[in-house]
Amino acid sequence: MSLTETTRTTETRPPRRRFRIRKDKVLAVALISPSIIALLIFVYGFIAWSGRVSVSAWKGLLPDYTWVGLDNYKNLFVDPRFHIDIRNTVMFTVVFVLGCLIIGLALAILLDQGLKGEAFFRSLFLFPMAISFIVTGVVWRWLMNPATGDRTSGLNLIFQSLGLDSLVSSWQATPYWGMAFIAIPAIWQMSGYTMALYLAGLRSISEELKEAARVDGATELQIYRRVMLPQLRPVTLTALIILGHISLKVFDLIIAVAGKQYALDVPAIYMWQTTFDGYFFGRGAAIGILLLLSVGVLVVPYLWYTQRQERGT
Amino acid sequence: MTKRIVALLAVLMLVVAACASDDAETTTTAAETVEATDVEVFSWWTGGGEAAGLDAMIVVFGEKYPNVTFENSAVAGGAGTNARAVLATRLQANEPPDSWQGHAGQELIGTYVAADQIEPLNFLYDEEGWLDVMPETLIPLISKDGNIYSVPVNIHRANVLWSNPTVLSDNNVDVPTTIDEWFTALDALKAAGMDAPLAMGEQWTAMHLMETTMLGTMGYEAYNALWDGNGDWSSAAVTESLDNYDKLLSYTNTDSSALSWQDAAQLVIDGSAAFNVMGDWAEGFFREIGSEPNVGYEWAPTPGTDGIFQFLSDSFVLAKNAPHRDGAIAWLKVAGSLEGQDAFNPVKGSIPARSDGDRSLYGVYLQSAMDDWASDDVAGSLAHGVVANDSWKSEIDSALGAFLASRDVAAFQTALVAAEAANA
Repeated sequence: MSLTETTRTTETRPPRRRFRIRKDKVLAVALISPSIIALLIFVYGFIAWSGRVSVSAWKGLLPDYTWVGLDNYKNLFVDPRFHIDIRNTVMFTVVFVLGCLIIGLALAILLDQGLKGEAFFRSLFLFPMAISFIVTGVVWRWLMNPATGDRTSGLNLIFQSLGLDSLVSSWQATPYWGMAFIAIPAIWQMSGYTMALYLAGLRSISEELKEAARVDGATELQIYRRVMLPQLRPVTLTALIILGHISLKVFDLIIAVAGKQYALDVPAIYMWQTTFDGYFFGRGAAIGILLLLSVGVLVVPYLWYTQRQERGT
Repeated sequence: MTKRIVALLAVLMLVVAACASDDAETTTTAAETVEATDVEVFSWWTGGGEAAGLDAMIVVFGEKYPNVTFENSAVAGGAGTNARAVLATRLQANEPPDSWQGHAGQELIGTYVAADQIEPLNFLYDEEGWLDVMPETLIPLISKDGNIYSVPVNIHRANVLWSNPTVLSDNNVDVPTTIDEWFTALDALKAAGMDAPLAMGEQWTAMHLMETTMLGTMGYEAYNALWDGNGDWSSAAVTESLDNYDKLLSYTNTDSSALSWQDAAQLVIDGSAAFNVMGDWAEGFFREIGSEPNVGYEWAPTPGTDGIFQFLSDSFVLAKNAPHRDGAIAWLKVAGSLEGQDAFNPVKGSIPARSDGDRSLYGVYLQSAMDDWASDDVAGSLAHGVVANDSWKSEIDSALGAFLASRDVAAFQTALVAAEAANA
C-alpha cells in the first residue's frame, strides 16, 4: 500500500521542476548556512549560556554552575545600586527620547518649508550621527566641564563671558539630575537622525491632502496639527523604538563623559564592572538578561506590528 | 570581476595555509617544552615607564639565562582590565602563561589562589634569601596560610600627602602630621579664600583618600585587623574614620568626578589647591610636567600615618601546570634579584621591593621612600588590590559610590559590614 502511494505521489509531481527547486534550495541554504550557524552560536547560544550563568552561583575566576534559581535576580531588585541604575535609565530615556523627537520634528518641519540650501542643512544636522558615541562623549566632557572659579571652562566659560551667568551649570555633576545632562550629547547626536525620519514621513504625505485642507479653509498650523501629525504617527513609533533601545543599552557615551561613577551608573556599566572587576559572573549575567528582556519588551511588539502591517498591504 | 574573485580566493587560501602552518609550529614548540627553553610572561605593561622597565628587566634576564627565550605576552588597555579578562579566558581554557603580573596581595590571592591556579613560592624565597632583604611586615600581606604566592618587583607608596610649599607658606600653614592638624590647616586655607584646598579626582581616587584616612585615624594595628578578619567593621573606630573622611570630602573640589588623578594632582602644582593624597606615581607626573621636588611640590606621609608605609606592588606569580616551569622560575629569580629590580624601578619610577637597592640610581623622592620602606611598618592598600580580594573591593566601591552621593555615614558603615560578611 505504501509503495503504491509513493509511486502515485511521484507521478503527480512534475519531475523537472522539483529537481530545479531542490538545486536552488540547496544552493541557497548552503550560502546562508554559515551566517545561520554563526548566528545560532554567537547570538542565541550565548544568550542561552548567559541565561544559564544568571541562575548559577558563579563568583570568582572559574565557572561554578551550582543552581541558585532566581537568587541573582532577587538580589538585584534589593540592590541599591541597581535601583540607581533603573532610575538613571528612566531619566536618561525620557529626556533623550523626548528631546530627539521634539528637536527632530521641529528641524524636519523647518526644512520642509522649501528653503534654499536644504540639502546643506540636512547634511549638517545628520553629520553628528556619523561620529561614535565615544568621540561625542569626549568632546562633550570638555564642553560640560563643571569646574568653577578660575578653572571654569567649556560651555560655562562661554556663558560667563557672554554675561549669561544664570545658564552656568554643574552639568552632569548636578546632584540627582546629573543623568538628564548626559542626555544632551545623545540628543545632539541623534536628533538629526530623527529629523531625517520625520522628513521622509513629511515628504510622503501627499500634496493633495494639504491642498484639500487649504481649500477647506484650514490655516497652516491647523494643517500641521490635524493633517500632518496624525500621518506621522508610524514614523514617531519607529523613532521611539530605535531611540528607546539605544537609550536602554547606553554605555559608551556615559563611560566617555563620566567614567565609572556611581551617581551616573547604568545597568550596562554595572554589568561590566561587577563581572570583570568583581568577578560576580552570575550577577553580571542576570543584569545582561534583564537588559535583553527590557529591550525585547520594547522591540518585539513593534516587530510583530510592522510585520503584520507589511503583510496586510 | 571573475579575476577579482579568483584573486580573493587565492588570498584566502594563502591565509588558510598560513594559519595551518602556524598551528603546526605551535604544536612542535609545545612538544619541546620539557627542555625549558621558553618562558611566556603575561602582563599589561605595554606603554610608558612600565613597558620600558619591563624591557630593561628582560635585558637582564637575557644576560642571565641566554638559553631561555623570553616571550612577552603583554595585553594593552584599560589599566589591566583587558589583560585580566584575557588571562581569565586562558585560565578557564587551561592554557596558562608561565608567569603573569598582578597586584601583590589579596587581588592575586583572592582570585588565583582561590581558583587553584598558582603555586606557593616559599622555596624560592628560601633559596634566594629574599626573606632577609624584604620587610618582615610585607610577607604576611602577600601570603595566605603561610604560603607566599608572588614575587614583588616594585613598590609604590599609597599614603603620600602632596602639597604646594608656596601655598602653605603664603598662608602660614605647616604640613599637618595628624588628622586634627589637617582639619585646622584646611580651615585656615578655606578662611583665606581657597574654595577647595584638598584636590580629589574620580571615584577610585576617592577610595584612595578613604583608605589613607582610615589608616591615619585607626592606626596600623586596627587597620590591618579590618582586613585579616580580626577587626570589626561596625566598631566606633571605623565610624570615627568615616566621619573624618566625610569631613575631609567637604574640603574637596566640586568637580572631582570629572577629573582624572593627573588633573587633581595638577591642581596642587598650579596652586589651585594646597593638598592632594595620591600614590607616589604622582611624583613621576610632577617631574613630567616640569615641576621641581621641594620647590613645586613637597611630600609627607598622610596625616596620622608617620612610620607606616602603605604599599602596593606589581608582582609575578608561578602558574600551576606552567608549560615551562623551569623558565618561569628563572624569570621569577630575575624579578626578585637586585639586578632585575634595579633595572626595572628607576625606569618605572618606583622603588625596589628589596631594601638593598642602589640608592644612587634613584631620585630624591624615591630615596626618601627607600629609607621609609626599610624602616616603616608595612600596611596594604585597598584601592590597589593588597588587602581585599576583587569581589570585596568592588562591593566596597559600590558602597563608596552610594556614600559619595548620599553622604550618609551610618548607611555607608552598614554597607561596609555587609560587604565584609559576604566577601572576606
